[in-house]
Amino acid sequence: MIAELGLAVLWMAAALAVLQLVAGVLALRPEGRQLAGLVRPVAVVQGALVAVAFAALVSLFLTTDLSVKLVAENSHSMKPFIFKLAGTWGNHEGSMLLWVTIMGVAGGFVALIEKRLPENTLIATLAGQAFVSLGFYAFLLLSSNPFERLAEPAPEGAGLNPLLQDIGLAFHPPTLYVGYVGLSIAFSFAIGALVTRDVGPAFARAMRPWVLGAWIFLTLGITAGSYWAYYTLGWGGWWFWDPVENASLMPWLAATALLHSCSVLASRNALKAWTVMLGVIAFSMSMVGTFLVRSGILTSVHAFAVDPERGSFILALLAVYIGGALTLFGLRASTVTEGARFSFVSREAALVLNNVMLCGILGIVLIGTLYPLLTEAMGVKVSVGPPYFNPVSAVFAIPMMLVMGVGPLLRWRQDSLEGKGAARITLPVGICALLSAAVLLGVVLFAHHIKLLPALGLAVAAGLAPASFLPLRGRNLRRTPLPTWGMVIGHFGIAVALFGMASESAFSTEKLAAMRPGDVQQVGPWTVKLDGIGPVAGPNWTALEATVAAGYESAAPVMLHPQARTFSNPPGNRTESALKTRWNGQLYAVLGEEGDDGRWQMRFWWKPFVPMIWYGGALIALGGLLALLGRVAADIRRLVATDKIAYRRMKQGR
Amino acid sequence: MNRLLPMKRLLIALFALLLAPVLASQLSAQDMLPPAPYAYKQLSDPEQEAKAQALMETLRCLKCQSQSIADSDAPMAGDMRHQVRTRIAAGEDPEAIRQWLIERYGDYVSYTPQVKPITWPLFAAPAVILLLAALLLRNRFRKGGKQ
Repeated sequence: MIAELGLAVLWMAAALAVLQLVAGVLALRPEGRQLAGLVRPVAVVQGALVAVAFAALVSLFLTTDLSVKLVAENSHSMKPFIFKLAGTWGNHEGSMLLWVTIMGVAGGFVALIEKRLPENTLIATLAGQAFVSLGFYAFLLLSSNPFERLAEPAPEGAGLNPLLQDIGLAFHPPTLYVGYVGLSIAFSFAIGALVTRDVGPAFARAMRPWVLGAWIFLTLGITAGSYWAYYTLGWGGWWFWDPVENASLMPWLAATALLHSCSVLASRNALKAWTVMLGVIAFSMSMVGTFLVRSGILTSVHAFAVDPERGSFILALLAVYIGGALTLFGLRASTVTEGARFSFVSREAALVLNNVMLCGILGIVLIGTLYPLLTEAMGVKVSVGPPYFNPVSAVFAIPMMLVMGVGPLLRWRQDSLEGKGAARITLPVGICALLSAAVLLGVVLFAHHIKLLPALGLAVAAGLAPASFLPLRGRNLRRTPLPTWGMVIGHFGIAVALFGMASESAFSTEKLAAMRPGDVQQVGPWTVKLDGIGPVAGPNWTALEATVAAGYESAAPVMLHPQARTFSNPPGNRTESALKTRWNGQLYAVLGEEGDDGRWQMRFWWKPFVPMIWYGGALIALGGLLALLGRVAADIRRLVATDKIAYRRMKQGR
Repeated sequence: MNRLLPMKRLLIALFALLLAPVLASQLSAQDMLPPAPYAYKQLSDPEQEAKAQALMETLRCLKCQSQSIADSDAPMAGDMRHQVRTRIAAGEDPEAIRQWLIERYGDYVSYTPQVKPITWPLFAAPAVILLLAALLLRNRFRKGGKQ
């Protein structure tokens, strides 16, 4: 019953999306004016209906209704509650429904609250949103119906891949999806503004909170995904340049660029065409990412859909949306002027450089990810991995980070680095640069085993960390606006994450050892002793658990319990590494297999300052959150003020 | 068959002779481990181990999903780690080992793209992007400087 209800509601939501699109398009013409009032309410109801459909699917998963094909294929009655819930979106159909749900709800939300934009631009935006949603509705209803019943209910479900049965991964996809969909709103705004030829500060201000929100979620999603890979895969790697990771990184890079160009457009009315273009690119990258992950074109844990039909469907959607948006851009770009001019030394110029460099990295990641697919189609299999991505992206990233230290100190429009006023910039920045140089010199003199990239990373991080606080200099900290705090903390987060990455590759110590209970090994400053190995059991797994006593230098040892888990439904193994975090790094312990001679293969890493990578990621997201709060609070204050003025006018009878 | 025997013995002796220094320095203290002892065991010389590690991180585990042989539990990755460590210990050059593996498994095994006709766009990409960026920026600021 619930499945049928869900399907019926989904069809209704799709029908309303058609209405939203048609009414929106007609309302933009003079003869269709009276339809304008229809678009907003329809968008709201569409969002509500699709949310009901998603709730229906969640309830099917929570009750493990095995007569539904999707539940039988992806869930199991013995799974813990949280993974039954996460199972809803841990599969192809469910994740697509989640995508369209977030999109519908976000569209409804825009329809409810957005009051700044000219009504025409907003209607065009909502029509654009309906147009994008429709593609996904068609995809769901025609080729991947999540509510399909089995002729005969299955006796038991097939379960969820053990690697995915992890709390980190339960919330990783929805976080990323919220980010992707937030970018779809930015995309719709860009389309709306192109249709009505109305690109200006109001458009940038309306779009900015959505970009910021999307960006926060993308940042958190990528950070969480990286930490998940780090502790689940059991070898201490935190970024693999895997196509699936790249698929989430590319929208982030585009969104970061969009965020910065948005602020130029909002405060200086410059970079108009460029901002619209980035709005299109950011969502296109989300769709390319979804295509890469969902089409099964990559062989990876994420690519559960190995069905070429679906792949072609998403490819067609990609072609329609990206192609359509680019065509519209091509037709209208000439009528959108670039806006206000600025000189080479100015904050706009620094932000333009940031944008260009981010797009450079984006280009590299895109080419590096897609090129192997291209050569494979030509019959040659090649691999593109860290040895390509790391140095090549650094070519763009390092200049960008250098400019990042100076840019926020520059004035808008025109500034000078000469003359007497310039000391306010050159002096503090000079000190930070000296700090960087000192670190680099220190590495060259005392630690020349450190390779070039980590050394550069350490040096840049050392200068960037203090430099990111310079915009606060000479300000009354209590009156500093929240968005400025957000920028400072976000930039500081970049320095922190960079330091973590560089330190991890510069200073990690690895120890692989075959150990008997009682054996002792040395890992960097740690002394580790294998105390014993015993069996443990969880809700749907059994495991061997090692007890390891780990002592840092001469301190009293702490107990670590790495596990090797065996899952029964579906059968699979997973190592559960044990981590001991100190302020200055992390000890990472893994239990491997038992050798023929009764010794256990143990792996240990001491990774100085590695948690900084994820603390940095969290700081970046926090910076985004502060900026968002500041912007939204200002918007609300302004709304309240305009309402008050309108109210007074009404009372005075004007 | 009998005629072959001395030949075989000779070969085995030669092989043992070749491996002797390696065995003596690396294996003497170790009890016998499973077939690929260096899958989960580091070389005792830290410099050689670092070299092996750097190489292993750039070789793809052919049986896994986007993992290098340095971060995989797959038996094949273990075998390849053993190969790499043994060869590094025998004094082979890391790039020679990479070429040997490429000959055996194809370009796919190396995460470092090889400079070949088919891969030139990969190496041209950064230069093209930088060039585009320079063009874009040059235009912007020349116009901007006018004011």
